[in-house]
Amino acid sequence: MTVTAAASGTTLARTGPSLRTRRRREAGLAYLLILPALAVFAAFTFYPFFRNFKLMLYQTPPVPGLPAHYVGLHQIGPTLTSTQFTQSLVTTILFVILVVPASLILGLALAVAAHRKLKGIAVYRMIFSSTVVSSVAVASVVFGTLLNPVVGLLPWLGINPSPPALENTTWALLAVAAITIWQFLGLSFIIMSAGLQSVPDELLEAAQIDGAGAWTRFWRMTVPLLSPTIFFAVIVSTIYAFQSFGAIDILIGYQNAAQLHVNVLIYNIVNTLQVENNPGAAAILATVLFLITLGLTLLQMRFLERRVHYAN
Amino acid sequence: MSFEGVTKRFGDTTAVDGLNLVVPDGELLVLLGSSGCGKTTALRMVAGLEEATEGTISIGDRVVNDVDPKDRDVAMVFQSYALYPHLSVARNIEFPLRQRGIPKDERAIRVRAAATTLELDTMLDRKPSQLSGGQRQRVALARAIVREPQVFLMDEPLSNLDAALRVQTRADIVALQDRLSTTTLYVTHDQVEAMTMGDRIAVMSHGTLQQVAAPEDLYAFPANTFVAGFLGSPGMNLLPGRITPGGSGEETTVEVSGGSLPLPPALRAAVGAGTRDVVVGLRPESLYLDAQGPLACEVTIVELLGAETHVICRTEDGSRVVVRQAGNATKPAPNDKVRIAVVADPAAVHLFDAASTQRLDPQ
Repeated sequence: MTVTAAASGTTLARTGPSLRTRRRREAGLAYLLILPALAVFAAFTFYPFFRNFKLMLYQTPPVPGLPAHYVGLHQIGPTLTSTQFTQSLVTTILFVILVVPASLILGLALAVAAHRKLKGIAVYRMIFSSTVVSSVAVASVVFGTLLNPVVGLLPWLGINPSPPALENTTWALLAVAAITIWQFLGLSFIIMSAGLQSVPDELLEAAQIDGAGAWTRFWRMTVPLLSPTIFFAVIVSTIYAFQSFGAIDILIGYQNAAQLHVNVLIYNIVNTLQVENNPGAAAILATVLFLITLGLTLLQMRFLERRVHYAN
Repeated sequence: MSFEGVTKRFGDTTAVDGLNLVVPDGELLVLLGSSGCGKTTALRMVAGLEEATEGTISIGDRVVNDVDPKDRDVAMVFQSYALYPHLSVARNIEFPLRQRGIPKDERAIRVRAAATTLELDTMLDRKPSQLSGGQRQRVALARAIVREPQVFLMDEPLSNLDAALRVQTRADIVALQDRLSTTTLYVTHDQVEAMTMGDRIAVMSHGTLQQVAAPEDLYAFPANTFVAGFLGSPGMNLLPGRITPGGSGEETTVEVSGGSLPLPPALRAAVGAGTRDVVVGLRPESLYLDAQGPLACEVTIVELLGAETHVICRTEDGSRVVVRQAGNATKPAPNDKVRIAVVADPAAVHLFDAASTQRLDPQ
């Protein structure tokens, strides 16, 4: 017994180091290969991310030229209790509620409509997904024209809000949400279409023979089987919605943003930084946005995980 | 259930061509054919998943061409089983009952009964992904029988099972169908399945029905060269030949590559007088090696299968002839020159018309 144990011990001792060396070499190569990507991330993502936390601790005086001074956590309270922030938060939540469900439901509806074998259906698929590649600037200009009080679509339809849509407290957020929905629609359509491809036709046929009508098939088969896709789409589009900026900047502009209730968080951050020249407060707001996004994602993951059905 | 002149075209391709077929109540009819022969399309037309381009499909006395799948009173078992992955076994089986608005209490009783029949009682709470292939297959069957439909449609339900389980399930399905005596249309490409399961077999090729008959008749009297060659493992040897009527008192013989065979008396009457081009069909098990045999050929391959041996030979014009020997018979070696004889059974020689490929002798 003792002899055997000793012998096998020797064998282990002999193979051990060489295996370990090999593993270490492999790991070294792996780190070497991810180094370029890591460097880019470090410079443009990780460094600014952590630098942001440092900025939170400094206050820049309103007079230009004076150096920022250390205030610790003292400016966090006032920033987060200001009306500007709370208004901006409410606006953002409203904006997300307007944008996310609408763009996902419309995207799913279009995906279901385009998910059939018809001649020329590819043309429709292309049209439906095209908003993905249209830039926010172009979309804003197009919508701006449509909403123009003189030459736009609204007056042509007989709708003449006063003041004009983009200068109106009720209409401004709706208009910006509409553009964003339109912009998301392409991505939502593509994600939903891809999801539909993974629902086997045979399942829907089986359900059809088993007596399920089109409506039941959609709600009892397609939607549950699509839930991983929907889950993904909800997370992605919520995060995107929280970061919407372009349309507001182009159509409304910072002078009117707050007054027209379109001063969403990210817009507020940019204004605080560039217009008010207050990097400390902007950093605090950025951190809040980060925490909200993180929290929502975790919440959605926990909540939706239980309702997600992954097909075998 | 019946097909009357049913044709299905997809664009320019004809998947099913003028199908006429009647399945009497309670029969298990197997649609047999290689892939792409139109058998699955025929089945899907009964289910209502495909629309017939022409012709009438009836279930019972009812023409169902324009009836919605859910109102046809059929249940289908798919090759992939098509179980609902997000529903438990119990919910899967219950689904068709629920869609028909059957009360909860009755649903529970019927689900339990179906589950017991298929030995699924202990798995009712599991999801399909937690089941083995055989168990999934049984859930698919349970979901079909729970409805007590007029017709079962089965699309290669055994092809995803391993060999041993397939043999077992084959017998189980036959027993189940026997007990329920529900009219069943069963699609397969596997002739062993067809032979062992079908009350009758309908052989299809290129969208056309070749022959419908009971398994033993199909094997003994193939209607044409396709059916002759398709059934049996290996299939029937088919040799081009020419009949030369003998003078008075002489035998009528058929000349084939490698020799000439005397025709059994029953066949002589069937082929009539005069010279005629035919295809001679000889089952491998009707042949044996014999130094005095009428056919000369050369051995190319000898396949040992244990219980039997397949001796594959080539005649002088290159036609292939397979001889099935008992495993303990003396085996020839490749390149041996051998002679082949036909057993003394009048049914051993099959004759088909060379042009039409149809069987010549009456069954």
